[in-house]
Amino acid sequence: MQTENLTDILRQHPFLAGLSEDHMQVLVGCASNVRFAEGAPLIHEGEIANKFYLVRAGRIALETDVNARGKIRIQTVGPGDVLGWSWLISPFRWHFNALAVADVRAVALDGECLRKKCEDDHDFGYEMLSRFSRVMERRLEATRVQLLDLYTTSPGARV
Amino acid sequence: MTHETMNAPAAPREGVRLHPVTVKKVIWETDDTFTLQIDLGALGNTFNFLPGQFNMLYVFGLGEAAISISSDASQTGTLAHTIHRVGTVTSGLAQVKRGDVIGLRGPFGAGWPITAARGKDVCIVAGGIGLAPLRPVMYAMLRERTAFERIILLYGARSPLDILYRVELEEWAKEHNVEVLVTVDRGDSSWKGYIGVVTTLFSYIKLDARATVGYVCGPETMMKYTIDEMGRRGLAEDQIYLSMERNMKCAVGFCGHCQYGPEFICKDGPVFALPRIRHLLDRKEL
Repeated sequence: MQTENLTDILRQHPFLAGLSEDHMQVLVGCASNVRFAEGAPLIHEGEIANKFYLVRAGRIALETDVNARGKIRIQTVGPGDVLGWSWLISPFRWHFNALAVADVRAVALDGECLRKKCEDDHDFGYEMLSRFSRVMERRLEATRVQLLDLYTTSPGARV
Repeated sequence: MTHETMNAPAAPREGVRLHPVTVKKVIWETDDTFTLQIDLGALGNTFNFLPGQFNMLYVFGLGEAAISISSDASQTGTLAHTIHRVGTVTSGLAQVKRGDVIGLRGPFGAGWPITAARGKDVCIVAGGIGLAPLRPVMYAMLRERTAFERIILLYGARSPLDILYRVELEEWAKEHNVEVLVTVDRGDSSWKGYIGVVTTLFSYIKLDARATVGYVCGPETMMKYTIDEMGRRGLAEDQIYLSMERNMKCAVGFCGHCQYGPEFICKDGPVFALPRIRHLLDRKEL
């Protein structure tokens, strides 16, 4: 019953839109429902990255420690977003901290379990990699625009 | 809706007259952005503007700058302009005090076609100071709240300290059923809102693309990404309107400073339906 519910939940997440039933069943075997209260850490920089999260509700901030400036918040992710792809790429370590800035409901996917399934079933592996590549591409594009610091001056109105 | 049916620009002959007006109040919104409330004096009864239009504000001895009107068009006798201090004239405007007299010409340009959004959802996307020319749109729509379906405001600012009209943003969300989502490019641990570019906020709303009109104002790069995102979500180009910005001088289409391909931003814009300027957006030389 719980597995059925989890399948329904996963099916509703935008990241998995259009995923075949077979692949969904592979995925659900590595999934679990999780909750994090506001302020709770999800990811610690430098630790082994052994999962990722499909966010259903709430908000998570990605932070990094910059010695002289303290903790800098770089990005937030929210409902419909994916948190974490370091589980997919060697050396499988987190590059940032992540903490809940509002109560979070998510589905956690076991990275080690998924890596094994990707190895066993290359079609499934390709499907995962394609979906993560799209997420990475969008995040990279957003980060580049963020770096432009567009709001500092208005090119048309330096008067 | 075609551009021809959009709000009409002001008659050029009105535009060349400079009116002395009195500064009623200066409100610092952020470290470098302030709102000048102006008493129109004798001009008050005859001065009407459309949301999205701008005035030329003159600092005597320094020069003029084109500044969008950021107040409620239904108010008479008074006007507000929210100004980002970026150059000589805007720095001059930042020095003025209550009771000082400045010059005003206007209003100029085509405004936002608010009638195009009646009976529909409205998705407003603003970046930085780009919220200022959209504030009169909010006032106009909230005066007739039931004439519009969902009103969504996606707003991006540089940092939490750079967010304009904080109190009003909260009020619009709480009291007027506006879906207000604010994101910043840089946040610290005290900021619990969104961090990221304004386009990332589209992930958190559901758009009914066939029944939504989009109004976009901000830096051009931000607007390009916003248009792409709206397109991805199925909004037709003729349902998207942009407010363009160029260095305007005469404001009546004579001098050519703000020429944008075949268009003059000052008199044909600043608000354009996307199809009219789509082909110009990627041209670097413009």
